[in-house]
Amino acid sequence: MTRRPKRGRKPPDPSAPAGADRARTGPPDPPEGGPPPSRRAFLWKAWLGLAGLAVIELIWVVVDSLRPRRRDVATADVVVVAGPVDHFAPASVTAFPAGRFYLVRTEEGGFLAVSRACTHLGCTVPWSSEEYRFVCPCHGSAFDLHGDVVNPPAPRALDLFEVRIENHIVKVNTANVRRRRAFDPQQVTWA
Amino acid sequence: MPEARVPESRRADAIGQGPSGLAGRVWRSIVRAPLAPRTDQERKWAMVQNFVLHFRPVRVPVKTLAYTHTLGLGGMSLVLVMVLIGTGVLLMFGYEPAPGRAYDSVQALETVTTFGGFVRGVHHWSANALILIAVLHLLRVFFTSGFHAPRQFNWVIGLGLLACIAASNFTGYLLPWDQRSFWAITITTGMLSYVPLIGGWLQQVARGGPDIGRATLIIFYTLHTTVVPVLILGLAALHFWRIRKARGVVVPRAPGEAHDPQPERVLGLPFLLMREFVVALVLVAGVFTFAALVAAPLGEVANPGMSPNPAKAPWYFMGLQELLLHFHPVFAVLIVPGAAVLLLLAIPYLRYEDDPSGIWFVSNRGRLMARRAAMAALLLTPLLIALDEWVLDASKLLPTLPGFVTVGVLPVTVLTVLAWVTWKRERARPGATRNEMVLAGFVFGGVTFAVLTVVGVWFRVGGMALGWAGW
Repeated sequence: MTRRPKRGRKPPDPSAPAGADRARTGPPDPPEGGPPPSRRAFLWKAWLGLAGLAVIELIWVVVDSLRPRRRDVATADVVVVAGPVDHFAPASVTAFPAGRFYLVRTEEGGFLAVSRACTHLGCTVPWSSEEYRFVCPCHGSAFDLHGDVVNPPAPRALDLFEVRIENHIVKVNTANVRRRRAFDPQQVTWA
Repeated sequence: MPEARVPESRRADAIGQGPSGLAGRVWRSIVRAPLAPRTDQERKWAMVQNFVLHFRPVRVPVKTLAYTHTLGLGGMSLVLVMVLIGTGVLLMFGYEPAPGRAYDSVQALETVTTFGGFVRGVHHWSANALILIAVLHLLRVFFTSGFHAPRQFNWVIGLGLLACIAASNFTGYLLPWDQRSFWAITITTGMLSYVPLIGGWLQQVARGGPDIGRATLIIFYTLHTTVVPVLILGLAALHFWRIRKARGVVVPRAPGEAHDPQPERVLGLPFLLMREFVVALVLVAGVFTFAALVAAPLGEVANPGMSPNPAKAPWYFMGLQELLLHFHPVFAVLIVPGAAVLLLLAIPYLRYEDDPSGIWFVSNRGRLMARRAAMAALLLTPLLIALDEWVLDASKLLPTLPGFVTVGVLPVTVLTVLAWVTWKRERARPGATRNEMVLAGFVFGGVTFAVLTVVGVWFRVGGMALGWAGW
């Protein structure tokens, strides 16, 4: 096989045959019709494929190192033991700052673990016992005992955590937060 | 004979510049051109030979030197970036990016480190000044039509730089870890959750988890101290290089004056460099004086359990937060700002009838139209805000429709149609060119955003009700 000229920025040699400078710039066009792609064309594609792979790998590494870390499950108390059922009077709200939620006992005696983060922009909503509602200090959203919106701009009810009652002890799993549009009696856990 | 050639007798090694002997030989090996050039020949030679000087042009159009033309805003931005890098590195020696340590380390910087409070003050005020000056620079370029070919893509790079400057300010905002910073970042990253479909994921990535915490601080610190500064330096280099490739900034001319393809040029040294040096000195002196008189704010340590009333985003995002009070979140956070960014990017690529680059406000009529657009926005925006605040109540007027329609699709459509009709009417006037129309539209949008920001920063009190918030 005759050696083709190397790729480079040499000016085209007028005496060379017409196809000789083709190899210098980019991938060669596949020969019309008959013969299979040349080794050069194959290598060109292989390099392109490898470069693409490298780019994908790079993106993967960057995205993966930015991926949200789960809260350190091993160290943090994911399940908060709130206490015996009788400790909570009906129609009461008890704050659990470590778990970032309020344990609500409804008028009927059921339990709801309501996230303290306002659904508007994430401010912490305190419970106001005089007004009998959660009032966001940042932008004035208000929520009733069940976390339902009674005053916008909040677009949906306060998020929930899972409540479990085992042997009359109320436990709240803070690992996963549950979004909801509005209050629904099925969200209440009964003793 | 080439101009930069210097007579044999004046060459550094021939004239015996610096000390003689070994020290002199070492000195002349480092500095190849005279440090204090005395003739124009030597000045040109220095501009080419000296590494620092070679970033600046040897010759510049004399008309571009008028201070009222560029106002020195681009150079001021670069000076502030340098000041920020210098003070930022000093702060990094003392700062600890961890929730339990960050606030204490900033306090220690303020009270224990010699001049620590001053350095932090310079950093803080330079960062805020940089946003302001970069925006003013954008306005200057726009109003002198500095975005036409061959400067089209440099406008895009400039917008990228502005985005980086905003990102830099925003990531730095969290670092002191006081109440102000904690809740401002909570609110702004809270806005991300309103992006449809990917909002929740976006917010989690920005925060490094569901809440603002350790991961958030590390992410913000890394972005603030490495990623964004490197991006800014890279883009700024490209920005300045492209100005050189466009043969300098636009040459100013009066309305009706023809474009001069061969403007008269003078030497960059001393005429340009002296001016730049003076601007840099005055700016640095101003920032230092301000920082010495007004300390950078540091409030109570961040308390995730207690939100302040009201909680506000950083001032440069208050226009967005104000928009959020009036429109459905998807429109306030995504659609309206997204459309604004697209329009800004599109400005240099629209088809124009003429090239008014270098003329302030395009033409005399353009100046008039810009003034009218500014007045209209200045009147309409507060009027609409008041109307929405006290008169209109979508949930009462149209109780059956969802908020996405009543405060989203409906008002945005109405406003867009009104804007479109106004545009068509103005365009139908005899002689209004596309340049003048875009100028007026830009002024209208810009003033609207400015009014929203001013209302958000100074006229929103507890519960985001309207009132005087004080300085």
